[in-house]
Amino acid sequence: MFWNLPFIAVVALSLIGLATIVIKKNLIKIFLGITIFESAVNLFLISLGYRAGGIAPIFTSAPSTDMVLATPQALTLTSIVIGVATSALLLSFAVIIWKKYGTINTDEIRRLRE
Amino acid sequence: MNGFLITHAPALLIMVPLIGAFVAPFVGRVSPKVRSAWIILIMTLTTLVALMLASDVFLHGTRIYVFGATSPGLTVPLDSGGIPIRIIFTIDAMSALMQVIAAVCGFAVLLYSISADRIHSGLESYYTLFLLMITGIMGMVSTGDFFNFFVFLEILSIASAGLIAYRIDGGLAVEAAIKYFVLSTIGAMAVLIAIGIYYGEYNALNIAMIASRMQFTLLDQVALVLIIAALAMKCGAVPLHFWTPDAYSMAPSSVTAMLVVASQASLYGLFRVVFTIYNLTLNAMTVGWIIIILGILSMVVGVTMAIPQKNVKRLMAYHAISQTGYMLLGVGVGLAVLGNQPLMESFGYIAMEGGIFHIINHAMYKGLLFLTAGAIFFRIGTYNLNRMGGLGHSMKYTMVFFIIGALAIAGIPPFNGYASKLMIYESVFAFNPVLAVIAMVVSILTLASFVKVFHSIFMGPRLPEFDTVQEAPMPMLVGMGILAAIVILFGLFPQAVVDTLIAPAAHALADQSGYIASVLGGA
Amino acid sequence: MTLVESLSTGTGFWNPLAWLIAVLVAAVIVYLIRQRGESGYKKGTTQTVPFISGNPEPEKEMVHVRASNLYWGYLDALKGYYNFIVPAHTGVLNDYVLWYLGTTAALFVVVVFI
Repeated sequence: MFWNLPFIAVVALSLIGLATIVIKKNLIKIFLGITIFESAVNLFLISLGYRAGGIAPIFTSAPSTDMVLATPQALTLTSIVIGVATSALLLSFAVIIWKKYGTINTDEIRRLRE
Repeated sequence: MNGFLITHAPALLIMVPLIGAFVAPFVGRVSPKVRSAWIILIMTLTTLVALMLASDVFLHGTRIYVFGATSPGLTVPLDSGGIPIRIIFTIDAMSALMQVIAAVCGFAVLLYSISADRIHSGLESYYTLFLLMITGIMGMVSTGDFFNFFVFLEILSIASAGLIAYRIDGGLAVEAAIKYFVLSTIGAMAVLIAIGIYYGEYNALNIAMIASRMQFTLLDQVALVLIIAALAMKCGAVPLHFWTPDAYSMAPSSVTAMLVVASQASLYGLFRVVFTIYNLTLNAMTVGWIIIILGILSMVVGVTMAIPQKNVKRLMAYHAISQTGYMLLGVGVGLAVLGNQPLMESFGYIAMEGGIFHIINHAMYKGLLFLTAGAIFFRIGTYNLNRMGGLGHSMKYTMVFFIIGALAIAGIPPFNGYASKLMIYESVFAFNPVLAVIAMVVSILTLASFVKVFHSIFMGPRLPEFDTVQEAPMPMLVGMGILAAIVILFGLFPQAVVDTLIAPAAHALADQSGYIASVLGGA
Repeated sequence: MTLVESLSTGTGFWNPLAWLIAVLVAAVIVYLIRQRGESGYKKGTTQTVPFISGNPEPEKEMVHVRASNLYWGYLDALKGYYNFIVPAHTGVLNDYVLWYLGTTAALFVVVVFI
C-alpha cells in the first residue's frame, strides 16, 4: 500500500493539472497547469526507478558495483530540461499576446476560428 | 572514406543539421549571403547523407547504429544482462522512406525560403529553428529508442512552435502557436507516461526490446491509447485537428510545407507503435477500425470545412487534414486484417502500400501547394481569396505549379495522387465498399474546392489593383519546380516507385519479427 | 523494364503511359476534326467584343466572381451540417484541450472494454 503512494500522487497531480488546463481561462494559469502535469509525469518516472534496498548509482561512494540502473533519473532530468524550455517559450508567447491583444483570457484569444 | 560515411551515416544525419543549426547565427554575423550559402550547404549535406543511407537500407536491409559503443553494430553490451541499454538508431525501409521525404522536401523548401523570407528580420534564429525542425523529423523517424523518440518529438514541437509564431502578425501567429504548443505539450507528456509504463513493465526503452516482451496487459492498453491519441493529434486527425488550420495558416509558407512533413513524421510514429511494438498482440480489428474511423472523420470533416474557407492557406490546411485521412484509412485497413494472411495478401498489403504511397505523395503536392500560396502572398500580400483574381495573367509559372498540385491532390490522372488513391480505393473496396465510396466522394469535393480556389486566384480579367504584379522570383520557382517534377514523375512511373520504395516500407512495417531480429539478433 | 510496368492495385491495374498515349491520340483526332471546321474568326471586328444584349460592358472588377460567391447553393443545401460543424471550431484553447482529453477517454473505453 505504502509503495503505491507515489503513484496515487501522480494520478492526483495529473488530474489537478489537466483540470486546471481545461477549466481556467487565464493563460498563465493554463501554463501552470501544464507545469503541474509535467511534474506529475516526472514524479511517475522517478518513482519507477525506486528499488527497495537499492544502491544509488554514484560510482565513487557506492559500497559495491551492484547499483540500480540510472535510466529513470536520466529520463527525468531530460524531461525537466525540456519542461523548462517549454515553459519559457509558452510564457514568452503570453507576453506577446498581452502586448498585442491586451488580454490573456482564452475566451478573447479566438481571432482564429472556424 | 566512403565506408566510414556509410557506417556513420545515421549519426551524421542528426549531427549535420544540429551543428549547422547552432553555427548558423554566428555565420550569419558575417553577411546574409554567407548565411544563405551555409544553410544551403548544410541542407545539401543532410539530403545527401539521407539519400545515401536510404539507398543503403533499400539495397542491404535494416541498418543499426549504436551510439557510444565500440562498434556501431554492438546492440547488446556484454555486461548488460541482455538488455540494449544504449541509444540505438534502427533504420528499416519505412524509416528510410520517411528520411527521403524529409530530405527532399526540406531541400526544396529551403531553396524557396532563402528567397521568400529574405525580406524579414530575425533570420538568424529562423534558420536555426528550421534546421532543428529537420533534426527533429530525422531523429523521430530513425530512432529505435522510445525515449529518444520523445526527445526528438519535443525538439520538433518547440522548433515548430517558434517558427509558427515567427511572423507575429499582430499576435495572430502567436495565438496559433499557443494553441499548437499547449496541445502538443500535453500530447508529448502523454507519450512520456506511456514510455514510463513500458519501462516499468519491461525494463527497457528500446522499441525492439519492448516489442519482443509485449504482453498486452491492461497497462499496455492504456499506453496504446495515450500514444494513439497523442500522435493522432500531432498529425491532425479529426476530432483532434483543431490546432492544424490555425498553425498552418499563420506560419510562413515555407514552414507550413515543413509542418506537413512533421505531421507525417508523427503519423510514422503512430504506425511504428501500432505495427512494431504491438503488432499481433493487440486486437487488430478494434484498433484497425479506430484508425479507419479517425481516417474517415478526417477525410469528411476536413474537406467539408475546407469548402467555405476564405483564407487560401486555411483552406489548404483543412485539405491537409482530409488527405491525412486517406493515409489513416489505407494503413488502418492493413492493420484490421493483420494476421489474416490470405486477406493480407489479397488486399491488406495493397492498402498499406496505398496509404504509405499517399504519405510521400501528399508531402510533395501539399508542400507544392503551400509554396504556391506563399509565392502569391509574396507578390500581392494577402491570403484572402475574396480580394484575389486575375493573377493567371501575370504569374503563369506559379499558376502551372498550382494546377499540377491541385490536380494531384484531387486524384486526377496522370499525377501521383491518382496512383495512390486508386490503390486505396480498390483495396478498401475489397474490405468494405462503403468506405471506398466515402473516399471517392471526398476526392470529388476536394476537386470542387480547388476549382473554387483556382477560379478565384487565377481566373477572371486582370484586376486594376494587381497591375504591377510580377512572376515569383527564380529560387522560389526552382523550389516549387523540384516538387512539381517529383509529382509528375511519381505519377508517370508509379509502379517503379512502389517497387523500389513503398513495398519494402510496407512489408518492413508489417514484419515485427524482422525488426526485433535486426536489433536483438537471432529470431 | 520496370519503368513502363502497370501499377497493380489488387483487382485492377493502372498504366499512366498507356493513358497518356490514349489522351494524345484523342487530342490528335480532336485537332484533325477541328481543322475541318470553317474559320470564321475575324480579329478587330465587333465579333470579339463581349455581347451583353447591347448593354455597356461593366468594369473589370465587376466581372470577376469573388470566392465567397462560389458554392452558395452547396452551402445552403447543407446548412444543417454546417451550422453544427463550423461553430464547433470555437477558437477557445480550453475547448480544444477538452476535445483532446475527451477523445482519449473515448478511445480508452473502446480499446480496454471491447
